[in-house]
Amino acid sequence: MAHDRRNFLARAAAGAGALALSACKGPSETTWFPKILDSAEGLTKQVQRLFAGPKTLAPEFSKADISPFFKANGTLNPGTDVYNTAVANNFRDWQISVGGLVEHPLELSVAQLRAMPSRTQITRHDCVEGWSCIGEWTGAPLKSILAQAGPRTNARYVVFYCADPMSSDPTDPQYYYESLDLIEACHPQTILAYDMNGEPLSVPHGAPVRLRCERQLGYKHAKYVQRLELVESFDHINGGNGGYWEDNGYTWWAGI
Amino acid sequence: MTTSDSAPALESSSAAGLGDKAGGAWVAWRQRREARRAKQEIFYRHTIPVRVLHWINAVCLLIMFMSGLQIFNAHPALYWGRYSDFDHPALWLTSEQDAQGHLKGITQIGTARFNTTGWLGASSVDGQMAERGFPAWATLPGPQWLAMGRLWHFFFAWIFVINGLLFAVYAFWSRHFERDLLPKTSDLRHLGQDIVDHIRLRFPKGEAAKHYNVLQKLAYFSVVFILGPLVVLTGLTMSPTMDSVFPFLLWVFGGRQSARTIHFICAFSFLGFFIVHIVMVVLAGPWNEIRSMITGRYAIDPEEPTHGA
Repeated sequence: MAHDRRNFLARAAAGAGALALSACKGPSETTWFPKILDSAEGLTKQVQRLFAGPKTLAPEFSKADISPFFKANGTLNPGTDVYNTAVANNFRDWQISVGGLVEHPLELSVAQLRAMPSRTQITRHDCVEGWSCIGEWTGAPLKSILAQAGPRTNARYVVFYCADPMSSDPTDPQYYYESLDLIEACHPQTILAYDMNGEPLSVPHGAPVRLRCERQLGYKHAKYVQRLELVESFDHINGGNGGYWEDNGYTWWAGI
Repeated sequence: MTTSDSAPALESSSAAGLGDKAGGAWVAWRQRREARRAKQEIFYRHTIPVRVLHWINAVCLLIMFMSGLQIFNAHPALYWGRYSDFDHPALWLTSEQDAQGHLKGITQIGTARFNTTGWLGASSVDGQMAERGFPAWATLPGPQWLAMGRLWHFFFAWIFVINGLLFAVYAFWSRHFERDLLPKTSDLRHLGQDIVDHIRLRFPKGEAAKHYNVLQKLAYFSVVFILGPLVVLTGLTMSPTMDSVFPFLLWVFGGRQSARTIHFICAFSFLGFFIVHIVMVVLAGPWNEIRSMITGRYAIDPEEPTHGA
């Protein structure tokens, strides 16, 4: 008992010390407090979805509004042998697979993607850091790709697996990944983009194919997309939070 | 109704420890205060909903402000327009190395650059000078941690908005808005006199102390009913999902980056209001003012001065 009490007192003193050091640092570093804060994410998502139905469009701009300089963020070049080889042969052999909970798994080359009906949109890219750039994107609507694959009834999310490793440790490369639910995935402005400002996507912006989902913040717009998987839940994928940045504390709902 | 203070026994015992002269002065001061209090009127100034909503709002504003600075630090620059023109920020908190290799904090407003080392652009983090927009002591959490700052900001944003809506409903329903907050044309006629009174730190007594003067009305009205909605709407304009619902907000504020800049100006207007608010509380009698926002009771001096000050 005495030991317990001493232990408790020591912990209380340590806790008070930590609080005294920085009153606001304390709660953020517990496991329970951020969970309380994160409970607002679900509310924000529900309410934003209530206002924004499945089809409200992100504002589109004119050519005159396009940013003269569009900042590339995150990975600027995946730099792996596989990717460098793909760049060298102009992504001729790049295949985007669509699998998981679908009736007809697909393999699409960039040429096949370009042959599909396309959508061109001039939209604003909002980075979670706070800056915005406006660019023109052309790509195949994700909805029509999913329609070809035929999602099973229990499919709820599309997971996007990318070619860029986020870790420099070759034994644990932690490739970038992201996910959307089917509402956002089937939104008319959600496209697998291959052109930016009328040119094929450059390497810093995600060549050969990146995701555009215009009602969400920038980290959702996965670059260097290689594989799409339809899943019922992303609990079993990597950190279980539905994306690389989500596994690092960012909210899955990136509508604000 | 009058007030009485703590037991006289305490008073004499504390006076006993002092010299006769000092003790006498202490007792005389206490007597003067007693005499003044005997003439004071206790006025029930703030209703329970106003008091509760006030303190919830105070906590929200503190957390929203500090977590907002944390979010700002992720990209410590402001722009005007639809997109970020990185070469022409309106405001930029940046840093550079001087000839000795020391980190210098720079604040750039338009094209003017100021050395703000230690405060803005570069400040000490765990004893080391580091590149930071706002210093660690002003942000929530302290270390650079955008994801956590966003969690704080968007959790307390809900409480701030719900609290603000409750206040608006209550203020209209109870006529607090119309009776106490809305500046009327008759109030505006006293504007000049009120400004002079404020500068001379002459605070109202008697009946006049039961109502807000025109400067108070203008301050509270504009903070609650203009600045509050403006900070929420500019915040929502930064949300790509909300822009798909209310694209006219972008038109109203001149684009997302302008909305972000206005949001920032709103935050610092809240800070400015807060500083003036605290200064006025201190000057007008901090204990009486704070008590009135906790218990609702506010002591009012009679019209005629009670002592020769």
